[in-house]
Amino acid sequence: MTVFEVFRQEKKGQAFQHAGSVVAPDAAFADAWAREQYGRRGESEALWLVPRESIHQVTEWADEFDLKYRRVDGYSIKERLRIARERAGRASAGDR
Amino acid sequence: MRGNVRAERLLAIADDELILGWRDSEWTGIAPTLEEDVAFSSIAQNEIGHARALYELAAAELGTDVDALAFDRQPDEYRCAPLVELHLLDWAHTIARRYLYEEADRVRLAALMACDDAELAGLAAKIDREETYHRLHAELWAARLRDEPRFRAAVEELWPYALGVVEPDQRAELARRVGLRVESTQTVQRGQHTPELAELWNEMTEVRRSAPGATW
Repeated sequence: MTVFEVFRQEKKGQAFQHAGSVVAPDAAFADAWAREQYGRRGESEALWLVPRESIHQVTEWADEFDLKYRRVDGYSIKERLRIARERAGRASAGDR
Repeated sequence: MRGNVRAERLLAIADDELILGWRDSEWTGIAPTLEEDVAFSSIAQNEIGHARALYELAAAELGTDVDALAFDRQPDEYRCAPLVELHLLDWAHTIARRYLYEEADRVRLAALMACDDAELAGLAAKIDREETYHRLHAELWAARLRDEPRFRAAVEELWPYALGVVEPDQRAELARRVGLRVESTQTVQRGQHTPELAELWNEMTEVRRSAPGATW
């Protein structure tokens, strides 16, 4: 049996999102079963069925030097935003 | 009710779909895999939906309603073929029946879609569109199990029953489709019932009979 990961597109043009999986002996059974589980209520525009072994997975992340400044949480944006808004508020009030 | 040829014809098909839908729903929760469980249960629900639509036409013809036709008749008044009544307890037989029934239903629907009864032909076309998926499912299983002795044996065992689902003039076409022969066996005709139907009926109508005339 093969695990097929199922990606579902809800509306035309939208991105496919992972919906779950089906375990099937081949692609034809995966097709038949995925239709039932992810499409019989008209909830999907299209499905992608991908054998799990075809997925290239990435799990290792090297950050040996702890470069916090490369992450957004390194910045206290809230305070800067408050100051910028105040400044903008004063400027627009003055313009009027 | 007797003598109304159109109603009798509608009831035969509706009863087939209701009883098979009931039998197939007995696999809900215990089918071989989770995925098949969902698919099989969904197909069972579809068949009961087809029964409902056919009962509606019959009810208009007979001046009654759908529930009365589905539940208030006595077991010997049902017009279903014995194939759908059988209480099958293993998957090989169950999937063999699904396959044979779908092939029989395909032949029957093709004839109905071409008949002069516009209302029935229209409904047959609607049902046929939903059957496309049922056929896909049945064909997948049949192709996969073709060389399995248990499946072959089950198909051959049920073949005389499958012949009884269609009209005599449709049997050669059914035999051609499934690769078996009409002459090889004695057809189990519609009109007779197996003891299994009475058991099924008892369970199926139990709630309805417990409160006659209740509005649900």
